[in-house]
Amino acid sequence: MINVNKIREDFPILNREVNGKPLIYFDNAATSQTPKQVIDVIVDYYSNYNANIHRGVHTLSQEATDLYEAARLKIQEHFNAKHSYEIILTSGTTHGINLIANGFSSLLQRGDEVLVSALEHHSNIVPWQMLCERTGASLKVIPMNENGELIMSAYDSLLSEKTKLVFVNHISNALGTINPIEEMIKKAHQVGAAVLIDGAQSCPHIKPDVQELDVDFYVTSAHKMCGPTGVGMLFGKEEWLNKLPPYQGGGEMIDQVTFEKTTYAGLPHKFEAGTPNICGGIAFGAAIDYMNTIGFDNIASYEHELLSYATMQLLNIDGLKIYGTAKDKTSVISFNIEGIHPYDIGTILDKMGIAVRTGHHCAQPIMDFFKIPGTVRASFAFYNTKEEIDALVKGVETAKMMLS
Amino acid sequence: MTISEIQEEIIDEFSMFDDWQERYQYMIDLGKSLPLIKPEYKTEDNIITGCQSKVWVNAEMNDDKVIFTADSDAIITKGIIAILIRTFSNQHPKDIIEGNTDFIDKIGLKEHLSPTRANGLVSMIKKIKMYALAYQTQLN
Repeated sequence: MINVNKIREDFPILNREVNGKPLIYFDNAATSQTPKQVIDVIVDYYSNYNANIHRGVHTLSQEATDLYEAARLKIQEHFNAKHSYEIILTSGTTHGINLIANGFSSLLQRGDEVLVSALEHHSNIVPWQMLCERTGASLKVIPMNENGELIMSAYDSLLSEKTKLVFVNHISNALGTINPIEEMIKKAHQVGAAVLIDGAQSCPHIKPDVQELDVDFYVTSAHKMCGPTGVGMLFGKEEWLNKLPPYQGGGEMIDQVTFEKTTYAGLPHKFEAGTPNICGGIAFGAAIDYMNTIGFDNIASYEHELLSYATMQLLNIDGLKIYGTAKDKTSVISFNIEGIHPYDIGTILDKMGIAVRTGHHCAQPIMDFFKIPGTVRASFAFYNTKEEIDALVKGVETAKMMLS
Repeated sequence: MTISEIQEEIIDEFSMFDDWQERYQYMIDLGKSLPLIKPEYKTEDNIITGCQSKVWVNAEMNDDKVIFTADSDAIITKGIIAILIRTFSNQHPKDIIEGNTDFIDKIGLKEHLSPTRANGLVSMIKKIKMYALAYQTQLN
């Protein structure tokens, strides 16, 4: 059970006003808010532990290193990776995807095929396009239906021995669709393809088990799950991470350096060149602790309740259409009102202190599919309330009245 | 009327409103009444992609004055366009180049001209100035 009033006390930002109204934050799919338990860790780090890690013999450096590596262990445990060195700390999901795309440059050749889903965020399309341009491999798209669900029969027929990689998000950021990744991973493995799952949108709602999923790569960002921006993680199976070349060169990632030849450090440091976001990594660990204290089962069932309630209330508005009506979806509602531009609705809602996202949500191919310039997207978190949803519905009604 | 006279007039009009809702309603109504750009000018060349809303703007010279017409797919953006066109259209290029948009701040719509707003308006103002500069060069 979620005691939402108590939880809201953890989030200082929820007390502020925007345009003279109490903030109603429904842009959680873009970034989640930060609880004081995480903010405290950030303040504590800079107040008491700030030092560069891994190289120092002095106490501060040692303590900071211990905190950073303890965070890696928390992340490993949370995602149930077999080894802590299979967790690469990155600057976020996009970094993780680029790291893998770059690594596969040396493993792909002309004639190979790479599959991406029609539901992808630009960050999970563009790096693969660049990879295909570099290697001569071709990019194929797994299509979706009108509900925003991937068409599994099409996926089956796209898979062949030519398929080397499959990229799909666990949950679509624009529509909220939960993709059947377990089945997709199994099928990809049957033809010998590796699978990367973009978990940026799933990690705030569910707790993925990378061993159970048998996924090859899983990436996410801390800031979607109550952590700070600029930090994230890439899980990779040990055998894959060993096969891939380093992404960036620099300090931390080397074993021996001479001008003739450099040998690289082992995992995970091979992929962690330079001074990392130390404080961010530690705070990421604190965010995972926080979310686990609330409990992912509680989060999922409460958010589902919010989603059902909001869907029902919003559909009462004449002319409102929801995009993304998958059977399995998370607490994201993308909608438009007939004849009104989403930007206008977002602007009016902002005047009422309600934060939503408008536009194409970095998923232009999805908007092209529905032949719309964009949508208004309201995304809910476990600290939102039904009263806030009522305010949203009222706000949308006012916007409609003003704009029609 | 000069550009600054028009701007004063607009500030006066907006001062009648008590709250944001009235101000926005007025702007939306202005957007609805904006004379549409001729379809032949709604071209790819004249489009300013603002990520969120699209803006089209066209310029013509008429008796040493520049006539601007414009449009947007979002009505609030179009409302601001209506205000900007009222200010800068039918003016001498030199006055347009020297004119500024500080009055937008005074009517409480500053956030719409923020470079990070991604609605195409900042680029539109740049384009208006560029047109004026080009015409001014022709006149010299």
